[in-house]
Formats: sequence, C-alpha cells, structure tokens
Amino acid sequence: MTAPQFEIQLIAVVVAVSCALPGTFLVLRRMAMMSDAISHSILFGIVVAFFVVRDLSSPFLVVAAALTGVLTVSLVELLNRTGLVREDAAIGLTFPALFSVGVILVSRYAGSVHLDTDSVLLGELAFAPFNRLAVMGYDIGPRAFYLMAGIMLLNILFIAVFYKELKLATFDASLAGVLGFLPGFLHYALMALVSVTAVGAFDAVGSILVVALMIAPPTTAYLLVDRLSLMLAVSALLGAVSAISGYWIAHVLDASIAGSMASMAGLLFGAAYLAAPGRGLIAITVRRVRQRWKFAQTMLLVHLYNHEGLPAEVRENRIPTLHEHLKWDHRFAERVVAAAGRQGLVESRDRRLLLTDRGRRAAREAMVG
Amino acid sequence: MTSVSGMAPAIKVEDLTVAYGERPVLWDVDMEVPAGILMAIVGPNGAGKTSLIKAVTGLVRPVAGYVAIFGKPYREQRPLVGYVPQRNSVDWDFPTTVLDVVMMGRYGGLGWFRRPGATERALALEALEKVGIAELKGRQISQLSGGQQQRLFLARAIVQDARIYLMDEPFQGVDATTERAIVTLLKEMRARGKTVVVVHHDLQTVPEYFDWVTLLNVRCVASGPVDRVFNDRNLRLTYGGRVSYLTHHTPGDTLADGEDGG
Repeated sequence: MTAPQFEIQLIAVVVAVSCALPGTFLVLRRMAMMSDAISHSILFGIVVAFFVVRDLSSPFLVVAAALTGVLTVSLVELLNRTGLVREDAAIGLTFPALFSVGVILVSRYAGSVHLDTDSVLLGELAFAPFNRLAVMGYDIGPRAFYLMAGIMLLNILFIAVFYKELKLATFDASLAGVLGFLPGFLHYALMALVSVTAVGAFDAVGSILVVALMIAPPTTAYLLVDRLSLMLAVSALLGAVSAISGYWIAHVLDASIAGSMASMAGLLFGAAYLAAPGRGLIAITVRRVRQRWKFAQTMLLVHLYNHEGLPAEVRENRIPTLHEHLKWDHRFAERVVAAAGRQGLVESRDRRLLLTDRGRRAAREAMVG
Repeated sequence: MTSVSGMAPAIKVEDLTVAYGERPVLWDVDMEVPAGILMAIVGPNGAGKTSLIKAVTGLVRPVAGYVAIFGKPYREQRPLVGYVPQRNSVDWDFPTTVLDVVMMGRYGGLGWFRRPGATERALALEALEKVGIAELKGRQISQLSGGQQQRLFLARAIVQDARIYLMDEPFQGVDATTERAIVTLLKEMRARGKTVVVVHHDLQTVPEYFDWVTLLNVRCVASGPVDRVFNDRNLRLTYGGRVSYLTHHTPGDTLADGEDGG
C-alpha cells in the first residue's frame, strides 16, 4: 500500500465515522431526508463565504455552512408551520432553492477555482492527498484529514457531553422539555453538527453520497442492535468498513471511491436486512414457516382429539381424508403427519391415525390456551 | 385535602388562553387544583385537555393568562412537577431498555451533564417493582404490551419524585388488570400527599377513581369536588347532550355497566 493510498483510506474512514454519528440521531428522529436537504443547501453558505474570504480552506466556510444548515431547518419548519405545505414538501421546496442559488453563483463567478459543480455533487477523494498541510515548513499530511478529524472529534465530543440529554430529547421530546432540557436547542445544535459534518465530507464524497454515509450505516446498525450506545458504535464501525472496502473496490474497478463507499454502505444494509438476527427477512421468514408448521401440527392434534372415540372417528381420522377436513393438500397433510409421528404425538395403525398420550396432552393444552 | 388551608394551591390557572394559529383550543380557563387531591380532566375530543397540561408544564406557550405552581411560575418549580405524556407520543422502537427509560425520570434531578449511576438504578428498580414489571427491566421497549408501556411510564413518573403529577390518558389502551393497578397506584400517591391530575376519558369511572374533576370544552365548564360539580347540567354543558352517561345513570353513581360516554 502506497502512502497516498493509506492517506485516502484514512480520510475515508474519518469521513464515514463522522457522518455515522450524527446520522444515528437523524435516523432515530425520522429526519433522514433532512441530511439530504442540509448537504445540498450548505453549498449556498460555502459559496457566499468563499466570496467573502476568497479562501477555500478557511474555517469560516465551515461556520457559514453550519449557519446555512440551521437556516435550512428553520425555513423548513417555518413553511411547515404555516399549515399550507406538509413537511416533505417543505423540505423539497427549501433545499433546492438554496442549492440552486449556490449552483448559479458557482457557475457564474467561481469558474476558475476548484469549486465546480462536479466536485460539489460527487467529491473527489483521490485528489485529497495532493492538498497538504504544512506546519513550519514540515509536511504533516493531507489537509482534508485534519479538517475531517477535527469534525469527527467535535461530533464525538458533542455526543459524549450531551449523551443523556440527546437520548431523552430524541426518545421523548416533551419530557425533555418539561424537565428543562431545551429540546429545541439540542435539535438545532444537532442540525448545526450535521451541517458542519456535511461541509467537511462534501469535499471528499460530494453532497449526494454524504447522505448515504449518514443514513445507511445507522439504519443498518438499527437492525443489528437495540441500545443507543451500541447503535452509535456499530454505525461508526460499519461506516469505517464501508470506507475501506469501498476504497479497494474502487481500486480494483478503477471507479469512483465515493461511489464505491456508498455502494458498500448500501450492500451492508442489504446484508443486514436479509440476515439480521431476529429482525432480518430470513429470520422473519424462518419464524413464519416454523409457526405455520407448528400451527398445522396443533390443528391436526386438536382435530384427532375432537373426534376420538366418536363413531365418525374411523372416517375422519385417516390420512387420505385429512385434506378435505382440514383443507390441506395431500402432500402437506402427509408431511405434517410424518412430523407429528417423529415427535411421538401421533401413530398410525392400519391407515387410521391415533393420538399418543403425549399427543392427547398437547391437544388439550392447545385448546385451553 | 386538609393540606389546602393556608397554602397556595398546587396549580392555579388564571385566564389561560392557548391558540394554534387563529384557532383557540383553550379560552380563558380559570382552574385551581388544591394540593393532595386526585383530579380528572374530562371533556370531548378537541376540548383542549392535553393543551391544558402542556400549558401548565410550559410545553406550549399561552397567548394570555398565567399558571402558578404552589404560587410560583413553572420555571422555578420544575422539580415539583412530574409529567406522563400520552403513551403513543414516543417511538417505542427506540433502541433502549425498560430500566433505561425509567431512569430518564431521574434526569431532571441530575441536571445537565451528570450521568445516572447506582442511585438512579436502585430508584428505577424500586419503581419498576412498584408498578409490577420489575422482571421486564432488561427488556427492549419494543417488546412491551400497551399495559406494560403505561406501567413503564408510571414508573418513570414515580422516580421523578415530584409533588404534582400531570398524566395524559394513563388508562388509554390498557386492560382491566392494569387499569386497577394504576388506580391503586394513583390513590397511593394521593395518600402520600401528592397531587395528581389525570386526563381521563371514561365518565363512568370518574366518581369511583377521582375526588375532584374539571369539565373542559375549550372553556372550563366546571371544576371542583366530584360530588358537587359532576352532575347532569355540567356534563350537558361540556358534551352538548351527546353523552350517554346522562340518559342511563344518575350522576355520582358508580356503575360498572353502560357505555363509555367520553
């Protein structure tokens, strides 16, 4: 692995972890689409700040982006509160408005600098190692790494300090309000954090894929664990895994690093969606099939039990007639009977089905509930 | 109820008006809740019951009027007030456990930044014991039934160790066993001198469960001891004659049968 390769992966990991942390709260607050809105509208803030300071690496740009993010959220809420538009429409109206102004400004006035529409939309991680940070003449590494590491630390610090407050305000905002924990303040602080993270990640992965890194790992973690602290940790880990695996896939395919990272995040989600223990599609299907078999078996036992010792027993309790009485097809009936037989619940004697003692007990239990 | 004399009322609401946009949900409400009583707030849907509780706790800002808790504004009396929101106001798929949610009731006492520790754990366990779901302490909250969710919310209120409790429909969607358990708990709280105000829907049980009642329909129709204000005339004024309770029973009776009037 060459030095630039290592640096790119390092930046990718830091970007992914930074995104996953506030993303966890976005997912839990059902505000996933707000990340999309913020990541686009901050372009407006960046461009305006760039015109003022004329320096793309100024920390002032980050501050401007944070303010634009908060502005976006406020505008969405303002529109929503008029009662004339719903929240999704309010989001859909607000961020393209700010984004389009940003795009116009970039295309009209900033054509000569690095800020172009392509890099805004997709980012370019591969170029990140070229932009170095030097301290007293010494090269200490890529600038993007330091910017992003700072943002990651800010995220970690914010969540660590306000962990209890964020948890309460996310789970039960009204109790948080009653207890004096200012859920409104926490909400906007979180949105500012999302904006700062988005502006940092922007350079590396662009404004569209940053959404994938904010939403996919937390959503995957949500399927895998059921504690908030674990969800944060697993989201961060999944983000890091997506970053590194995404990098190498991009390397092999000679494709976009950001695209590969986001795809990996999506693939990990797909895997969890299918195979998450207890909650994934496979576990649900297995459970359903098992319940169906168990229910069929109980039906069989109860049916046999109800006709036991009655004159109709000879006619009712035979394998060939089960399918009409229980509305089962022949093969299914045979398999249920065979399974019940293996468990010693029924036995068949000259084509008649008889309950064993255990089967009788099971039938009685099933009927009592 | 004897503690009333010489003391500021637990809650005093004066000229309270709350509006969402142009639509008033509470119109010039005056209400006084003496300390140590168990009060029901009843009224038809949209009567402003939840808004009244939210205005008392400062969650919604009134257009006019004021609220005093033991003679002072709510902001200064925060630790004295416990709050139980409607069960369906939170996301029960949130990744957390039963014990953890109960401990949230202690957050107010802890203030900013301090984390819950062994003391909070012990208090939370004790409260879970009291509401009868101690064995569920490690359970993920999405696995609870409606009744268990409501018991969990009550446990969380208990650990708040407040003097006044405001509860928004604690009986909503719970089975008969849980309802009885909750009533027992509320009466126990009253016996220990707490003031409990409950948004309630079932008119049949008002005289049995509560000693005071507020009849609300945007305006406060009546507020006082159940045997004085829970009568035909006031119910008709509150519900506009749509209430089956009136036609079947004499007010003040406690009857197990009959339809829900709320």
